[in-house]
Amino acid sequence: MGLEVHAQITSNSKLFSGSSTHFGADPNSNVSLVDTALPGMLPVINEHCVEQAVRTGLGLNAKINLFSRFDRKNYFYPDLPQGYQISQFQYPIVGEGEIEVELEDGPTITVGIERLHMEQDAGKSIHDLDPNATYVDLNRSGVALMEIVSKPDIRSPKEASAYVKKLRSIVVALGTCNGVMAEGNLRADVNVSVCKVGGYDKFRETGDFSHLGTRCEIKNVNSFRFIEQAAEFEARRQVNLIEDGGVVDQETRLFDAETGVTRSMRSKEDAHDYRYFPDPDLLPLKLTQEYVDNIKANLPELPDQKKERFVSEYGLKAYDAGVLAAEADKAAFFEEVAKGRDAKMAANWVTQELFGYLNKFDLELADSPVSSKQLGGLIDLIANKTISGKIAKDVFQKLIEEDDADPAVIVERDGLKQVTDTGAIEKVVDEIMAANPDQVEQVKAQFAEGHKKPKALGWFVGQAMKASGGKANPQAVNEILKQKLGI
Amino acid sequence: MSDLTKLTLTDAVKGLKAKEFSSREITQAHLDVIEKANPALNAFTEVTSEHALGMADAADTKLAKGEGGLLAGAPLGVKELFCTKGVRTTACSDILSNFVPTYESTVTQNLWNEDAVMLGKLNMDQFAMGSSNETSCFGNVINPWRREGEDTQLAPGGSSGGSAASVAADLCLAATASDTGGSIRQPAAFTGTVGIKPTYGRASRYGMVAFASSLDQAGPITKSVEDAALMLEIMCSADEKDSTSLKIETPKWTDSLSNGVKGMKIGIPKEYRVDGMSDEIEGLWQQGIEWLKAAGAEIVDVSLPHTKYALPAYYIVAPAEASSNLARYDGMRYGVRQEGDSLDDVYSTTRAEGFGDEVKRRLMIGAYVLSAGYYDAYYLKAQKVRQRILMDFEEAYKECDALLTPTCPSAAFGLGEKSADPVEMYLNDIFTVTANLAGLPAMSLPVSLDKQGLPLSLQVIGKALDEDTCFRVSKVIEDAAEFDAKASNWWS
Amino acid sequence: MSVTPDDVRKVARLSRIKISDERVEPMAQELNGILNWIEQLNEVDVEGVEPMTSVVEMSLPMRKDEITDGNRSDEVLANAPNSADGFFVVPKVVE
Repeated sequence: MGLEVHAQITSNSKLFSGSSTHFGADPNSNVSLVDTALPGMLPVINEHCVEQAVRTGLGLNAKINLFSRFDRKNYFYPDLPQGYQISQFQYPIVGEGEIEVELEDGPTITVGIERLHMEQDAGKSIHDLDPNATYVDLNRSGVALMEIVSKPDIRSPKEASAYVKKLRSIVVALGTCNGVMAEGNLRADVNVSVCKVGGYDKFRETGDFSHLGTRCEIKNVNSFRFIEQAAEFEARRQVNLIEDGGVVDQETRLFDAETGVTRSMRSKEDAHDYRYFPDPDLLPLKLTQEYVDNIKANLPELPDQKKERFVSEYGLKAYDAGVLAAEADKAAFFEEVAKGRDAKMAANWVTQELFGYLNKFDLELADSPVSSKQLGGLIDLIANKTISGKIAKDVFQKLIEEDDADPAVIVERDGLKQVTDTGAIEKVVDEIMAANPDQVEQVKAQFAEGHKKPKALGWFVGQAMKASGGKANPQAVNEILKQKLGI
Repeated sequence: MSDLTKLTLTDAVKGLKAKEFSSREITQAHLDVIEKANPALNAFTEVTSEHALGMADAADTKLAKGEGGLLAGAPLGVKELFCTKGVRTTACSDILSNFVPTYESTVTQNLWNEDAVMLGKLNMDQFAMGSSNETSCFGNVINPWRREGEDTQLAPGGSSGGSAASVAADLCLAATASDTGGSIRQPAAFTGTVGIKPTYGRASRYGMVAFASSLDQAGPITKSVEDAALMLEIMCSADEKDSTSLKIETPKWTDSLSNGVKGMKIGIPKEYRVDGMSDEIEGLWQQGIEWLKAAGAEIVDVSLPHTKYALPAYYIVAPAEASSNLARYDGMRYGVRQEGDSLDDVYSTTRAEGFGDEVKRRLMIGAYVLSAGYYDAYYLKAQKVRQRILMDFEEAYKECDALLTPTCPSAAFGLGEKSADPVEMYLNDIFTVTANLAGLPAMSLPVSLDKQGLPLSLQVIGKALDEDTCFRVSKVIEDAAEFDAKASNWWS
Repeated sequence: MSVTPDDVRKVARLSRIKISDERVEPMAQELNGILNWIEQLNEVDVEGVEPMTSVVEMSLPMRKDEITDGNRSDEVLANAPNSADGFFVVPKVVE
């Protein structure tokens, strides 16, 4: 599989006109005369979009082409006002690069980037407002997009979604695309082909695409889940087709999220001669190395760099570091929690408890009921032995349920403080020992047999913890038990 | 009062400043002449009388206070190609026959900023595609000139036929025009008027209906070289709204156009001596050479070896760009939409009905030469040939400061005479098209009448950005030629 | 290279220009007439020549990323053959 990801460049105004890129405005309000392609209207490029494309290219470890050019891709469609899309077909601004993609089950793959180019988005056609007509809104028309084309290095639906996730984390960290897939600001065209066992390896050896089978392009898939579903369905469809003696036709298909199937797009069938040629309304885009170097010097920390830092600075495991570094907001949250605290413990609490909770209820970090300050406070209480890790989980639950609660206040209010008063613990232990002489003998016997940690000891710890309502410091309980049992 | 229409733009502006007459007077004088002449000449597609008189009164108010811009109160005509706010702009095509822009082209805005007055819109070949003004949806423009003793209707040239005819017949003091392959200079030559196409990028293309983006340039058609300099220096400007607009200051050509040609080297390209060129054209060219020599210029022979390939290259590049530029005329957002039983049917019927035959022919050639498998053989090749042609000029300009050539291979021809064979019509632009391909400034000015009493013109091609030399050379020829013939007024 | 009637149909289709069957053959001839004349370009040696981009050396001018336009849907829709509720209304698109 190879993916073409369209990412909307974060900018105030459009690629070639001064109208706003703001989402959700009234129809045709963020539209200039240029976007409408009125007679005599001409494009003038937005310098910020160029900078954003270069920044993204650098973030993808890719070659920046100092010479690039805008071509016209000619076709008729009601939401394409000019009758052509301005796109960098022949000479893209960014050439080859590669990124590391972490898969959920552990391994990391390298996905090659073929190119990145700038182009205009089209307007929006709305088909369901009138049974006999299509309504056209040009608000999106002319918004700057980056098309990021991968090499055919992706071999499963999971890899495809992991790749897009990684791409998203990079562009979001760079501030070059907000990554909001629900608004269509990041969407993927998924190219799927299937081949016989060994065909892919032959392709890698020879570079000959004929080993890969005919590809179908599934247009505009706009969620990670849909990318997986669409790829899954399409691969199966092609395999079934071939097994039934059929042939895969190269075509453009649409993914229907409702039914989970892909279907052929009829309207594009005969429109494959785009008659590309250089846009004579624009000049070639020439950049200086100095310009590129200057952008490079001011790049923000990228997810991979952040991940490395999390490993070296905080001693996190690579996987946890990767999860935390993938998204800027998550990384920032973690760093706030970890600041001045045990970083591993912070990482555990953020990834296990907090992200576990958010995932379960499909929440974004921004919607988290627990702030970094609250979580930090909770960890402080564990660290200074005010509460045990177990009690902390209960407190965490209360933090979720209550608004703006202070964990220290909750602990105080609900009497959850850990008992470290040895006198009180001794009293509890004495009572248990008195009530269970058989168990006492058993522990002693096991110890005498040479068991450094007699099994029955665990039973006593459990009983003591239970009797204290979980508040007893388990370490203190252990010490006192050992002492009293004489082991 | 009708004498006011005989003035040059320069003299009219002086008279207005000196309050010898008012803008209302000279504007009304032109409106009166248009009313009489236009039914015969068909130069104006729309006369905006009320609008014109309103602008005239506003100019008069300023002039009365000793204010007003460089063109204060001067009535002008505007080619249909320039978008004018609130005034229908059609490019003389049915597909735009109801289009009223809500915006103004930069070139015309520059004129109104200097308080000029708009008389109305001028006829042209549809989308500027033509050399005889026979492709307009408003019908042919008729050349004011006739062969002596004949009443055959002659073509005014194209595509700026309306601009040329109206200036020649004194229907306006000057007119805006545009030139993609000779569309200013050839009609100027056919009508005994002066026209100049500036260096590509001098005049903004914003708000000018595009034909071929890399070739289109606006320029004026006027009654004198001085008028052309005055118009052009106002029409040109650095425009942020056009990416191909040169971000440089426009020189004040009116200050230097009388500086003469002493010490200049004028190149005579041998390739412009084409087969079948008449003795008259040959003689005229020689006469021009003599005048320039007499004024102190040195004449040098130069060679532009790729001249003969200019037209074929042009007929790839221009239709290719046009096929894409005119895709926006699809009846979806503006213009005339035809009914159809599907979206595709609406598209193809709208465009089949909306465009004229020559436009359709060129759009199809354009789509063909850009289509898969042909791009390298045609478009890319043509752009390389274009580079060769530019290199020819650069080589020649090592030897000289400007080139002198005839503007056209013949005088005005009769309507319908060349419309049967597209290629024969295209050959009319053989001397003018090279300057478009190379982006160079080129000027045409009338020099004499041929045996049949029709005007003949010479062309001066300058180096890039050196309109100044074009004006100076042209001024010397103009002064020497003393061309003051006018078409006999058969229309009123 | 010679333009066939099929080429004419294809190009007419790409250009979205309806052409009647009886016009196809004459149009093929017209286009051939023009293209045959254009063929003489093959005589030109363009080895090593870069295609022309612009006559005056200049860089692509850029504008600042500012919102300077928009909120003029009245103007945008002013010449529309059909519009409703702020949208352009066009013939039904079948995907």
